[in-house]
Parts: sequence; structure tokens; C-alpha cells
Amino acid sequence: MTDKVISCRELTKRFGDFYAVDKITFDVSKGEIFGFLGANGAGKTTAMRILCGLSFPTSGQATVAGYDVYTQQESIKKNIGYMSQKFSLYENLTVEENITFFGGVYGVPAATIKERSRQLISNLGLTNEAKKLVAGLPLGWKQKLAFSVAIFHEPKIVFLDEPTGGVDPVTRRQFWDMIYEAAANGITVFVTTHYMDEAEYCNRVTIMVDGKVEALDTPGNLKQQFNASSMDEVFYQLARRATRSAD
Amino acid sequence: MSAVLLDHITKTYEEGKVIAADDVSLQVEAGELFGLIGPDGAGKTSLFRILTTLLLPDKGTAKVLGYDCNKEYREIRARIGYMPGRFSLYQDLTVKENLDFFATLFGSSIRENYDLIKDIYRQIEPFNNRRAGKLSGGMKQKLALCCALIHKPEVLFLDEPTTGVDAVSRKEFWEMLQQLKKQGITIVVSTPYMDEAVLCERIALMQAGKIMAIERPDTIISRFPDTLYAIKAKNIYGLLTELRKRKEIASCYPFGEYIHITLNAPASPEELEQALVRSGQEDVEIKKIRPTIEDSFIQLMNRANTEV
Repeated sequence: MTDKVISCRELTKRFGDFYAVDKITFDVSKGEIFGFLGANGAGKTTAMRILCGLSFPTSGQATVAGYDVYTQQESIKKNIGYMSQKFSLYENLTVEENITFFGGVYGVPAATIKERSRQLISNLGLTNEAKKLVAGLPLGWKQKLAFSVAIFHEPKIVFLDEPTGGVDPVTRRQFWDMIYEAAANGITVFVTTHYMDEAEYCNRVTIMVDGKVEALDTPGNLKQQFNASSMDEVFYQLARRATRSAD
Repeated sequence: MSAVLLDHITKTYEEGKVIAADDVSLQVEAGELFGLIGPDGAGKTSLFRILTTLLLPDKGTAKVLGYDCNKEYREIRARIGYMPGRFSLYQDLTVKENLDFFATLFGSSIRENYDLIKDIYRQIEPFNNRRAGKLSGGMKQKLALCCALIHKPEVLFLDEPTTGVDAVSRKEFWEMLQQLKKQGITIVVSTPYMDEAVLCERIALMQAGKIMAIERPDTIISRFPDTLYAIKAKNIYGLLTELRKRKEIASCYPFGEYIHITLNAPASPEELEQALVRSGQEDVEIKKIRPTIEDSFIQLMNRANTEV
């Protein structure tokens, strides 16, 4: 039971009579790359906000990194990392300053920050850019740096909300290399994407439709189940059934 | 006369430090559906802003419908529709008010051009009295397209209309574009999604301010210089790490459930398969495949990087 880092049971979020998230149930294991897909308006963002400790559910249970989403939101926040397509580092701080700042926010000791920061900068090949403002970095590098910062405090789980949107195809693949590496190091990766080929890189994939989990399995099994040749087809078959047109 | 013409256009920002467009030339014929394909920062938006007379290039000539973008901007503005990448309608006007406003600006009315927009407008008409800011992403996108069309433009510029939109809505949007094309409107559209490239008649693949290729999508694909193979095994990440170590592999990158590879001569796929099985890979499958636009893009990008 200890290797379940996320566990949801009939988790629900209601706004008035609108069920944004409708009794979703699933577990995510340690080191798993868990794809979270769904059309706009399916409820992905709402579910993710609950799991990140930013919003209370209406009913149901969920624990994240062993902490309860109703009573232990602050502990959840300390044990997760988060990155979205829009999330940018502070553009007018340098690479080094951003790392130090976010490391500090998450309570990483100063000496550890210093050492880990040096290693990270050299791993990313940013040694010459370490003292330059983040604003001047190409988008692909920014995203890679943002991901590294999101897992700098060695969280149990990292939530990635469309991390590769707008990124060129080569960088997009380098980014997935980093995801694989993080997962191999035991970090659980919870990721949303609009690129269906990226769904294939996940160990398991969830597809949400109208607030419900309509499919949850490995990409291979899902394709078999829906008699589809690609995840794109699986997604299309499911998402087309949606009756909700909201965003 | 081309509907759109860029002749050796260069645009830089921050006193030349940032190059958005680097000696770009292209032509779009009347009635064509033309795609600018490339990631963020490729320079797509700068080209749109030059063509829509919102930005002056440093060098070169830009023309739309034969009019010069620098000097004859009034002529151009009356004849084009532009849907910027960022939602730019009035958030606190309703659906109908926005549409009325843009129609009036161009001396037209919703009724006059209802036929042109009706297939799209009907989907948002039930929400006529809703403020634009309160619409969902998909509906905002439809309203923005209606507003760009309401004065019956001859050329339509759409800057990343499908970014951040889910796969189903993206498909629907492209079907709308095909309908508009049938009405004779020239469409220039940009997208970071490589799979949308094949829906255009001709495309320009852009990266770092430069056009790497400009052709029909299948022509670009047919110019892929090597034999491309798709390979998979039980442990795909293990396979990827193994492939990267091997000398017979010329290029290697994940592609959905497969890894796409090209081989260095004289390696053969049969030999590679045997070698991988010997090294402990299970359920190895390798097959020759036809490249996609994304494969071509990666190949052209890598070539450009090695030439630098």
C-alpha cells in the first residue's frame, strides 16, 4: 500500500449543480508516468487543483503523498512539484537566482541548494548562462529549467500541466527524456498534454469525459480495447461523446 | 499576382539582438490554404504582424493583394481578416455586441454577411447575450473567427488558432477552414502542431526565424533523405538508451509507441534486430515506415544545427 502516492476514491467537485469532477477513482504508483487526458472542459484542471492542495473537493476521498486533501493541504504542497506551460520562472532573475529562490521557498537548506544548483546547471549545459537573466533563454531551455526547478526539492510527485505546449519537436523529446529520468529516480509524474503521441510515453493513461474517468489503462490496452491504431483515435472516440461544451 | 508576398523580409528586436525573421521570402496564391508550421519563437507571429500592417520590417518588401504593407496599409486593412494568437475581443461585450461592433467598423452588418459565417455562428448564437470573457475556449475561438470574417475579407490570417485547444475541437476547426477555403478566401494559418500541416495545401516549416522548407506537405515528406524505421520493444526506455549507444544508429528519437531511427551504412535492420535481441531486448519489432512532417521537421532542424 505504501507505493500508492496518489489515491482517489469517488472524488467529486461540484459548483452549484455542475459536477466539474464526478466520482473519479484511481491510484498512481511511485515512479509511474501517469497521463491525464481529456477535452477542454472535461475537468482535468479542477481535479489537478484538488490533488495539488489548491482546492477542496465536495465529496469523496483522496490522499497525495500520504496526505489528506481536506486536512493536510500544506503538507501536500511541500511534497509535490508543479509546472505548467504558462508557469514561467522569474524572467528578471538569473538562472542561478531562480534556482536559489525556489529551493529556498521549498525549504531546501542553503548549503544543499548551492551544491545541487551547481550540479543542475552543469547537467543542463547552462554553465555559461548561470548568471544571465532567464528572460534571454530560448523557450525550450526555459521549459527544461522550469522542470528542473519543479523537482529541485525532490518531491514525491511532480504535476506537469501541458509542459510541452508550443515547444519544437526536438526539445519536446529532450523534455520527455527528463521526465523518464525523473520517473526512473522514483518521482511520480502526473502529466497532461494535448499531444497524443506523448500519451504513448506514459505508463498508464486516464481519459476524462464530462467530469468522469472514462478510460484508464496502459496505452497498449486502451488501443486494443477501442480497436484503435493510435491514442489519437482512442481519444477521439471518447472525447466525441462529451456532452459538455464548457472549457 | 500573389495574394501574399514576402520578399527578403528581415525583422529584429532589441537593436538587432533578437532575430525574429531572417531573410524570409514566400508567396501565397489566391485561394490557397497556406500553413506556417513551427514552434514558439520561430517567427510566425512577427510575419503575421508585418502582413497585417501592424509591424514594420527592418528590410524587405511585404505585399498583400498587391498592396504594399508599409505604404498602403489602409487598403490592406479593409480587405483582410486577422485572428491574433491571443484572444483580443472585448471581454465585457456580449457575443452579439462584439460581432456587431466589428461589422460596423468595416461598414458592414451581421445580416449582410450572415451566409459566410452562419455555419460557425450558429454554434455560438444560443449564447448571443453572454459576455465574451465568460465563454469557453472553444467558443471564444469560434467568435473570434466570426469577427475576423464578418466584413468578408479576401485574405484571412489566423495566428495559432488551435493552440491549447483539445484534439476534437482542433479537428472541427480545420473542417471549418476547409469550408471557408471553398468560398474562395485565401487563408494563411500558423500552428505548432505538426499533424495539422498535412491539412494545408502548401506549408513553410519555420525554425529560429528561417524557413527550412516551403512546399506541398507530401513533397516535403518525399524529400526525406534516409530510410526511416520504426522500432519498439517491451521496455521502450531501455531500448532507447541501448539504441543511443550503438554505432549503427544515425538518428534516434521517440515517436509515440515507437522509436524512429535511421541507420548508418552498411547496417541493416535485420542485423540490428538480432544484435538487440542478443543484448537482452525482448519483443523487438522493427519496420520500414513513411516519414511524417514531424520526422521531416526534426531532420531539417538537425541539419540546420549541424551546418551552423
